[in-house]
Amino acid sequence: MTTDHITAELDINDNEQLRYIAAQAVDARVNVELETEGMTLNIGPQHPATHGTLRIVAKLDGEQVIKAEPIMGYMHRGYEKLTEVRTYPQVTTLVNRIDWVGSFANEVPFILAAEDLMEVEAPPRAQWIRTALFEMGRIANIMLFLGDMAVQLGGVTAVFYAFRDREFVLNQIESVTGGRFHPNFNRIGGIKDDLPAGWIAETKSVMQKVRDFCDEMEDLVVGNEIFQLRCRGVGVIPAEVGKAYGLSGANLRASGVDWDLRRDGDSRLAWKDLDWKVWTHPDGDSFARYWVRLQETREATYMVEQILDGLPTGPIMAKVPRIIKVPAGESYVQTENPLGVMGYYVISKGELTPFRVKIRTASFSNMSIAPWLLEGVYVPDIATILASLYFILGDIDR
Amino acid sequence: MLTPLAIELAYWQETIIKGVIGLVAVLLPTGALVYLFLFKMMSFMQSRLGPMETGPYGQLQLLAEFGKFLQKEDIFPAKADRFVFAAAPFVVLVSTFMLVLVLPGGPDATFIDINTGIYFALAVSSVSVIGILMAGWGSASKYSLLGGLRAAGQLIAYELPLVLSVVGVVIMAESLNLSDIVHKQNEFGMWFILPQFIGFFLFLVSVQAELTQPPFDMPQAESELVTGFLTEYSGIRFLLFFIAEFATAAIFSAIGATLFLGGWTIPFVDANAEFMNYIGPLVLAAKMILIAFLIFWFRITYPRFREDQLQRLAWKFMIPLALANIVITAILKVAL
Amino acid sequence: MPKMPGMLVGLRVTAKTFFKTVFPGGPFSPPAPSKGAHTVQYPHVKEAPPTRARGVIALHDDNCTACMLCARECPDWCIYIEGHKELAPPRRAGGKPRQKNKLDRFDIDFALCMFCGICVDVCPFDALFWSPEFEFSEMRIADLLHDKSRLGDWMETVPEFPAYESGADQKVRKVPAT
Repeated sequence: MTTDHITAELDINDNEQLRYIAAQAVDARVNVELETEGMTLNIGPQHPATHGTLRIVAKLDGEQVIKAEPIMGYMHRGYEKLTEVRTYPQVTTLVNRIDWVGSFANEVPFILAAEDLMEVEAPPRAQWIRTALFEMGRIANIMLFLGDMAVQLGGVTAVFYAFRDREFVLNQIESVTGGRFHPNFNRIGGIKDDLPAGWIAETKSVMQKVRDFCDEMEDLVVGNEIFQLRCRGVGVIPAEVGKAYGLSGANLRASGVDWDLRRDGDSRLAWKDLDWKVWTHPDGDSFARYWVRLQETREATYMVEQILDGLPTGPIMAKVPRIIKVPAGESYVQTENPLGVMGYYVISKGELTPFRVKIRTASFSNMSIAPWLLEGVYVPDIATILASLYFILGDIDR
Repeated sequence: MLTPLAIELAYWQETIIKGVIGLVAVLLPTGALVYLFLFKMMSFMQSRLGPMETGPYGQLQLLAEFGKFLQKEDIFPAKADRFVFAAAPFVVLVSTFMLVLVLPGGPDATFIDINTGIYFALAVSSVSVIGILMAGWGSASKYSLLGGLRAAGQLIAYELPLVLSVVGVVIMAESLNLSDIVHKQNEFGMWFILPQFIGFFLFLVSVQAELTQPPFDMPQAESELVTGFLTEYSGIRFLLFFIAEFATAAIFSAIGATLFLGGWTIPFVDANAEFMNYIGPLVLAAKMILIAFLIFWFRITYPRFREDQLQRLAWKFMIPLALANIVITAILKVAL
Repeated sequence: MPKMPGMLVGLRVTAKTFFKTVFPGGPFSPPAPSKGAHTVQYPHVKEAPPTRARGVIALHDDNCTACMLCARECPDWCIYIEGHKELAPPRRAGGKPRQKNKLDRFDIDFALCMFCGICVDVCPFDALFWSPEFEFSEMRIADLLHDKSRLGDWMETVPEFPAYESGADQKVRKVPAT
């Protein structure tokens, strides 16, 4: 398209000229669209690979991604602002909804931060029950990942097994807290209620079922040659890059970084009293992330059993005033949540409501590596990499 | 084929009857496969029950689905190439219906008995590529286009091992005629699956790829391309694609049964007996279900390959293996 | 023993699940998939939720004093309470008449409710209870506003509180008789 065309047409009247320019623009656009090297593929906001409303704008050359950019915020619910107009007990029920598959774990760091400010400490029995439910939330969360990763790669059966066996865990959580997804069980200074009779024995049998499920996944998914072909060497995160992007949780441990806040953090929960192991994998690819999470699930079942065996007796609530006014101050608590490190920075001015709450969620940081990771991969690998990074949309857009 | 009835029929009457039988021969096994394997076996393998409300154990679910698809709006995307978009499902369906023509169901029960039967079947089956490409292009959607092109690449790559895997059988039977191949297996004293087990394995894998089923379902790939070339289809046109996909599965299973499992014959039973014309189709159906079971079992269990891995598997593993199989078969054929 | 290829192991897993589903009683029992499957045919068969399950809120209105604590603590303000004071007859003959809070209106809008349980928790007079009943969907969203009598009807479905696990320091509460 040279400029000669346009200068030749300049004499004709304006209307026609405008139409001509518009037509040229349409032509140019069509040409751009037909060029294979510049095809822009809009993945999402509604797309099965994004399980939620994440949007990824990918520039493709054939099947190869030149540049991919995740666009977040389609599900932003303004929780940080909402917490400023809700009292402390009410915030617990809000933060349930951040990472909605492992929601018990969301409450704990917030409650710990508030307890810090109020200078109360929950009695040991409450801390142990918290830890047990925390780990069961982790199991319920990661089981979903174990099935979902396989279904993103085309193996539909694994996800049904995951939902089947996850149901047992959710039932156990429900029979204690009353809520399958949104327990709202933590109170400042303890927990709402004690365990119902018969729960411990039943939970132990459920933990056995979860371990059977892990064995099944090892046979059905991890051992499968096609799965390994699809995952090994795909989306490799070197440890240094992972740290630089602020990854946490299993994503970082799969890159060989031996860092787990349950062991390394100054947590008041019962982890320090348990005998367990932090799993790492040296490869840093999608397969390593799947493998590390699978081992973590199995480890968590043993942790829950240890907690139930060694549960201390005693009260479950510390002495806390009925109307909770948190003294002025600042506190930051982070814990190792199923998706990675989750932290709450709570500023209080001594009122019924927090002055400001900054929520650090794991998925948000984990997603930030996506543009770096997606460069140069094939379109099917987008699904693999996104699934293996394992984000929950509510955890990104809180 | 209608000789046993001993009625003289005009050519048009016979054509109509053959047409109806053809429709039944395609739709009945398709429905059976979808119900048995896709609805029930898949559900049982995933610890659930599948459709249960329509009829006992959901047996009428297919009719309900059919009614549902008929009621749906026939949507054309705004920028679609309307003619290409509308015609694509019919192209795919025609290739499916032409496949069934050469299948022998008994000593005399064939639609057409041509000497190059297997050659015809394999040639006709590749026509569906054009339909899928048309669907991918006509939808004016990037996902569909990617899916259509992936399908084209995949189907062309797997046409070759499919043909080569059959060559071993053809060498052993010394014929391209499907009826001859069946008779040869009966005379030979064993089904060709025993001497041609490599051929059978290659045939199964290639059929899986031809059907674009997991682990070779990149053209549809729900998690990446949102069912690829089917993305924009709805209602009756989607139904046609659906029927074509599973009818092809049924027919390829039947072809596999004919080539490797002795077709409509039963061991130690006279293959030329008159009653085989009536029992034959049932025997063939039973063997077809056996092979379809394998195909669907793989479908349920495996995740899918990536496009480049699939091509590598076809060109670097399956085609050399198929060629080796042919060479060995030919040497043994001459030597023995 | 050489290692089995992973793809065959995968086939074994699905086949095993198939037989477990179809023959839950072992290989020689008659097939019974509806027993072997983990799913439940919902409208025909119902699973009983645990006793603590938060299904619907029941109101024991004799205990309610219209103190408004629940309405104030509710995170999304879906409880509407109106009441007035009236004089009740004296307890002893010759005494002064007592002042009593009478409940006029107690509505919970379940279209807004988040089922967090804070209202049940803060109630100082044991007037609110959780019932595990979950089938109360409506065609119109306005019908999800349950009034005093409807919330009172749920009291029948409130189960007794379960006993505690050994080592617990709590006392089991009682549900008041309706």
